[in-house]
Amino acid sequence: MTALLEIDDLWVEGRPPGGDFQSIVKGVSLSVNRGEVLALIGESGSGKSTICLAALAYARPGCRFAGGKVLLEGQDILALEAEDRRPLRGAKVAYVAQSAAAAFNPALTIGRQVTEVARTHGLMSAADADRRAVETYRSLDLPMPEQLGRLYPHQVSGGQLQRLMAAMAVSCDPMLLLLDEPTTALDVTTQIEVLTAFKAVIKQHNSAAIYVTHDLSVVAQIADRIIVLNDGMIMEQGTTQQIVEQPTHDYTKKLMMAVRPPPRSTAGGGTARTDPSASTAPVLEVRGITAGYGRVKKKIVLRDVDLTVNSRQVVGVIGESGCGKSTLARVISGLLPQVSGEIVHNGTVLAPAVEKRSKSEIQSIQIVFQMADVALNPRQRIRDIIGRPLEFYMNMGAAARRERVGELLELVELPREFATRFPKELSGGEKQRVNLARALAAEPDVILCDEVASSLDTVVGAAIIELLKDLQEKLGVAYVFISHDLSTVASFADEIMVLYAGRVVERGPTMDVLSPPFHPYTRLLLSSVPEIRQGWLEDVMKTREAISGISREVELTEVGCPFFARCPLAIVGTCDTLPAPLQQTKVGHLVACHRDIEDLAGEIIQH
Amino acid sequence: MTIDAQVPSPVRVDKSRGSGFQTAAWIAFTVLLFWMLVALFAPLIAPYGQGELLSDDSFALAGDVGLLGGDYLGRDILTRVVYGAQMTLGLAAIITVIGFAVGIALGFLAAVSGGIVDTVLSRSIDAVMAFPSIMLALIVIASLGTSLEVLVLTIAAIEATRVFRVSRALAMDIGVMDFVEVARARGEGLWWIMRREIFPNATGPLAAEVGIRFTYAILFISALSFLGLGVQPPNADWGSMVRENLQGLLFGSFAPLIPAAAIATVTFSINLIVDWFLHKSNRDISDEILQ
Repeated sequence: MTALLEIDDLWVEGRPPGGDFQSIVKGVSLSVNRGEVLALIGESGSGKSTICLAALAYARPGCRFAGGKVLLEGQDILALEAEDRRPLRGAKVAYVAQSAAAAFNPALTIGRQVTEVARTHGLMSAADADRRAVETYRSLDLPMPEQLGRLYPHQVSGGQLQRLMAAMAVSCDPMLLLLDEPTTALDVTTQIEVLTAFKAVIKQHNSAAIYVTHDLSVVAQIADRIIVLNDGMIMEQGTTQQIVEQPTHDYTKKLMMAVRPPPRSTAGGGTARTDPSASTAPVLEVRGITAGYGRVKKKIVLRDVDLTVNSRQVVGVIGESGCGKSTLARVISGLLPQVSGEIVHNGTVLAPAVEKRSKSEIQSIQIVFQMADVALNPRQRIRDIIGRPLEFYMNMGAAARRERVGELLELVELPREFATRFPKELSGGEKQRVNLARALAAEPDVILCDEVASSLDTVVGAAIIELLKDLQEKLGVAYVFISHDLSTVASFADEIMVLYAGRVVERGPTMDVLSPPFHPYTRLLLSSVPEIRQGWLEDVMKTREAISGISREVELTEVGCPFFARCPLAIVGTCDTLPAPLQQTKVGHLVACHRDIEDLAGEIIQH
Repeated sequence: MTIDAQVPSPVRVDKSRGSGFQTAAWIAFTVLLFWMLVALFAPLIAPYGQGELLSDDSFALAGDVGLLGGDYLGRDILTRVVYGAQMTLGLAAIITVIGFAVGIALGFLAAVSGGIVDTVLSRSIDAVMAFPSIMLALIVIASLGTSLEVLVLTIAAIEATRVFRVSRALAMDIGVMDFVEVARARGEGLWWIMRREIFPNATGPLAAEVGIRFTYAILFISALSFLGLGVQPPNADWGSMVRENLQGLLFGSFAPLIPAAAIATVTFSINLIVDWFLHKSNRDISDEILQ
């Protein structure tokens, strides 16, 4: 039997603006059989998405096919005229993009977009397409399948939207599904939900799939075979089991290393580094912060949040998106003045709004944002970006500034020559380093890191975390490290605060919070961190936390424990009406739960 | 966004599509440069004085009086078109500069400060824009008198409302970017944020807007002059020249058509240049997306 898709010695060239064509895919050959899931893994720039798009005979603007064949059912689709390619797309080969939010048109209903392929290709009547769509929604376990089609994209959650992408892709029963990093931007809990849906869809339709990602632990759950790519060439290929258990190529091993082991085994790794003498002086204290958005009627996002950061300490803040993590960073930096509560820096109470704070107060608390791309002004050179805090806070002259910018660039392990570049000439990881250098330029006591590694590749992100650790040792700066990635936080933070729906559900030293996890929400987060192990996804879906907690959205509630709706241990009548009391397991470790500590501990043993 | 990007050589296709635009833009640049030189060196180029009577006849034929004939008073049309270029283009340039300075400053201020500042500014400007602009200008000029200063400031104020809208929208888009947040978190003042963070990222669309508003300024001055409330005699400007010589059409004279053609060539050229510029910057943006 011939393979469904065969790519033979594919060469693709790309042209950077103003530059010459360079090869970005260099002679790649692969094949996908019916009903098989092939994973392409590699860092960004390894050509994995480009290869994936070649299965649609599509080259991105500025790219062109330079050689090779792409055979779909034995037919070379690269040789087809543009007109003849159209019937393939969506109908025979369907593509699921990374960002569902960007792939859906906000002005059209979901139903219209899901059935679009079927209607455009005239494959079925509108009524049939709608009926099929409803069936697909149901099989993907989406809420209200009958009404869903009439909603608009902003009315459903990110995870649901990503699952709707899957519904859209299978609407015409394609032979081949192309999944381009469909879970990369998602929370761990949402990732599980989406992965399960994709797996079900693939199985149900018996379609073949190419799954593109940089995350080996995701691949282990879904792929039959893996191809490891680097710089447009195949490094290694084999079955999932082979690659996961016995990687042979150095590059594969490097990718494996970048995936952090689940926190169970390493929890508390950070505590050992803490200098005990330093932990007595809090450099930053957040006391009973309540904050929200909206001018007239505030939507409260944070309720009564406490946080203490000692000097040279790393405090991790974790929680899913929508839990108020970034809001906390914005409140501390004064960008969003709080409604009540206070922020204390080295014993002085800071004004809520940044405009009212003194220059030195602002200088000592710096913030690094998640999206490295948009945090740098595209019209400023790197030397101006890093040099501005030097000029602004320290009145440094031009010559001294030039020297210091060079030093800062070296500190974040970038060459000094980068000073004259513009942000667009840098890669994502390099941009994030510049962001960090800008924060360091102010010589702060505390840096608020808001998901600094989340939008980066595993390998690049891991390097940024390493850099943060080094800098902490060198400069003695404290971090508030905000992330939804529990394994990163666990390996790095001395203390952890778990936020849910704007409230602290648990906080304390990393070891006490994570091993064992007391609060049911901490336990859900912990069990959702993917492991590089086949069958993990099925195992985790069987756990009680997953059954009651996955596929649910974070809802901000006014009364009771916010986690009530997702909690497997919820006590009806208590948890939904009374605020959860803070209980202390040992000094410094607090758990907000109605259940007794003994009950919670008992639950852990049962597990 | 086209789906079928795979063509034998995407580069060549791009170039040929761009070159049509480019030729048109080159012609337009030449025409515009010609008029700008004429405006700058009007006294050197003009064969006569702009109020000089050369003939007792109205609408003398070309050749009898000057190269392009005489106007209704017997003055040289060519001379008056040359001086008119200076007046019309000069006023339009001043109006555009004032309109943009005020419009951008207020637009950025409204977007960056938000809250009550934004509400007050935006609503006031909405109120001004609610009047048809020609009517508004007529009322203001009629009540304040017809001087060049009043003319310039009135049109500039009306232009500023349009610039305000555009620059506020641009600043709103740019203002939510993280690098502006970073600047705020650093404690930067409004002036720095407007000048250094937002303005450099808004220059492309604003440059296109300059072209469009400059054309509108020319048309606006000409319209007001045509209605008799713009540039006053004996000064020559293209709009009033059309009005003064309108009866000439009855006698088969080209007198009113020559300044009209001048207005048309300038505005048309600017539009072509703006189109080319937008096309070019769109291509630059799609290049940037590629990265």
